[in-house]
Amino acid sequence: MSQKMTRRRLLLGGAATAAVALVKSSFGKVVQTGIPEAALDPTKQVGPLPGVLGTRSPFEHPQRKPSLTSSQTPLQDLYGMITPSDLHFERHHAGVPAIDPHTYELMIHGMVDKPTVFSLADLKRFPSVSRICFIECSGNFRKPDKENITPQDICGLTSQSEWTGVMLSTLFREVGVNPKATWFLAEGSDAAVMTRSIPVSKGWEDAMIVYAQNGEAIRPQQGYPARLLLPGWEGNTSIKWLRRIELSDGPFMTREETSKYTEPVKDGKIRQFSFTMDARSIITYPAYPAQLQKGWVEIRGLAWSGRGKVRQVEVSTDAGKTWNAARLQEPVLDKAHTYFRYLWQWNGDTTAIMSRAIDETGYIQPSLEQLITARGPGTGYHLNPVTAWLIKRDGQVVYSPEKWK
Amino acid sequence: MPFWVCVTGTVMIACERRSNAVPDHFGYGRPATEKEIAVKAIAIRPDGKGLPAGSGTVLDGAIIYAAKCASCHGSTGVEGPFNVLVAPDTVGAKPFDQSSKRVKAIGNYWPYATTVFDYVRRAMPFNAPGSLSDNEVYSVTAWLLHANKLIGADAVINAKTLPGVVMPARKYYVTDSRKGGDGPYE
Ligand code: HEC
Repeated sequence: MSQKMTRRRLLLGGAATAAVALVKSSFGKVVQTGIPEAALDPTKQVGPLPGVLGTRSPFEHPQRKPSLTSSQTPLQDLYGMITPSDLHFERHHAGVPAIDPHTYELMIHGMVDKPTVFSLADLKRFPSVSRICFIECSGNFRKPDKENITPQDICGLTSQSEWTGVMLSTLFREVGVNPKATWFLAEGSDAAVMTRSIPVSKGWEDAMIVYAQNGEAIRPQQGYPARLLLPGWEGNTSIKWLRRIELSDGPFMTREETSKYTEPVKDGKIRQFSFTMDARSIITYPAYPAQLQKGWVEIRGLAWSGRGKVRQVEVSTDAGKTWNAARLQEPVLDKAHTYFRYLWQWNGDTTAIMSRAIDETGYIQPSLEQLITARGPGTGYHLNPVTAWLIKRDGQVVYSPEKWK
Repeated sequence: MPFWVCVTGTVMIACERRSNAVPDHFGYGRPATEKEIAVKAIAIRPDGKGLPAGSGTVLDGAIIYAAKCASCHGSTGVEGPFNVLVAPDTVGAKPFDQSSKRVKAIGNYWPYATTVFDYVRRAMPFNAPGSLSDNEVYSVTAWLLHANKLIGADAVINAKTLPGVVMPARKYYVTDSRKGGDGPYE
């Protein structure tokens, strides 16, 4: 054993002791895990020395909830507007590709003066911009069928990061987009070779090609080494692992804008190119499986809108009879998750609590019934109803199932 | 402009503005060659633009489908375990907005036949995406369109015929008109 090791051992002393146990993970698999043991008196023992990577406290276990097609953010475990990168939701159609940043290329062609291929280093040389915004899957909804579901189950397909990259408008100028081009195709290099058609106007307005997330290189699950970012638009359009942009004078009618990501609406119609995410909010505390005690409770949650800033969040603690304004945590940003709080005194009676977002266009987050009345019971995608939590007399907080008529 | 020009009032402002100006062109990147564009630009438009040479038949498609697709989509395209691919447009069926149970598939929900070719060529079979030849994609597309009662059993599908296949669902498609604000929910 080297001297260094011995010294390290010495310094770490008994702090490294952690019992090992077999537990059942959320996927039903039995896994081995360390049970954290707090030092009896941390002031009497030198702790672990500085390391190369930080870790979570062994007492904290925020986890995404994966299915075959997506992985949901544990909204109930977050205290702020930013989603830690490793908890950002995932939705992809054929897995996460492994892409070498040195051979990565983005080609922009079609109705442009100069069809051009950019390397990742090229993209990073352009003037860069950072912005904080949410990305939400337009399928971020679960039928309200039972009591024991969490904010993560109901709407964990939304996450927020600080994204850094180059404005797409900068690249549009670089390649000389033909003024007659009205749409562009964005194509990924995953095994689904994911494609969406996007109006060119969004490209000039606020679209970005981003290569960084929360200050470091974007994660593979979020599109490493570079993705499209369309603030406020349904997540699927922000094509990850972006390899190609083709300017055109019409949409391509890809599978993801016809067979999927379209929703039946009134009179047998099928709505297409429903890009914008409507305003939404959810109380993340108290929510299932929280247990309340009588007295003061700070109700907390997230609100956001794809149309701009959240103007106001209203909270009802009497099952929707009366509504009061919640406090919004600054900064309140454009097309961004906004954290809200509302102080309330629970007297021990059974009740339902809920929140509704109002955005700067004046749009008020609707109830599920209002949505179904407007679109029909066969609709899907872009469902953003008010979410209610039922508080039982014993303080148990459960989801309040609603009829899907 | 040499640096030392930026010493007095007005010249200084001009100089500063100049150093902050964003040029239209940075000169980064390299020109894309026509050849690489031809190889990479695989997207098919609804008017058929982008469709390759070659063709396929329902008969050939049936063989390919049975060998490479049926295990996941069922022997007739309805048995699963994955997406149902066959659902002909049925007269008198409940409108989609009135039924959350009605199956959506190529025959009753897809607005363009070109999408079948584009999607199958880029993403299917799921376990070996991009492995079919253009002729094989034309054939399996022909089989899917026939199974959905959109073309006859002896139809030949190619760059000319595919965009012309009439898709009954097309007439139902509308572009999003939600605008936010205090209007009615849509
Ligand atoms: C290993 C299983 C598997 C095989 C084999 C397979 N598919 Fe698929 N297919 C899938 C899955 C999974 C999806 C859904 C993918 C998604 O949603 O992104 C799908 C989706 C599709 C769709 C789109 C359906 C819709 O409703 O939008 C079509 C069309 C399709 N497959 C055709 C084919 C054809 C043709 C073949 C044979 C050449 C084939 N598939 C082979 C698994 C498979």
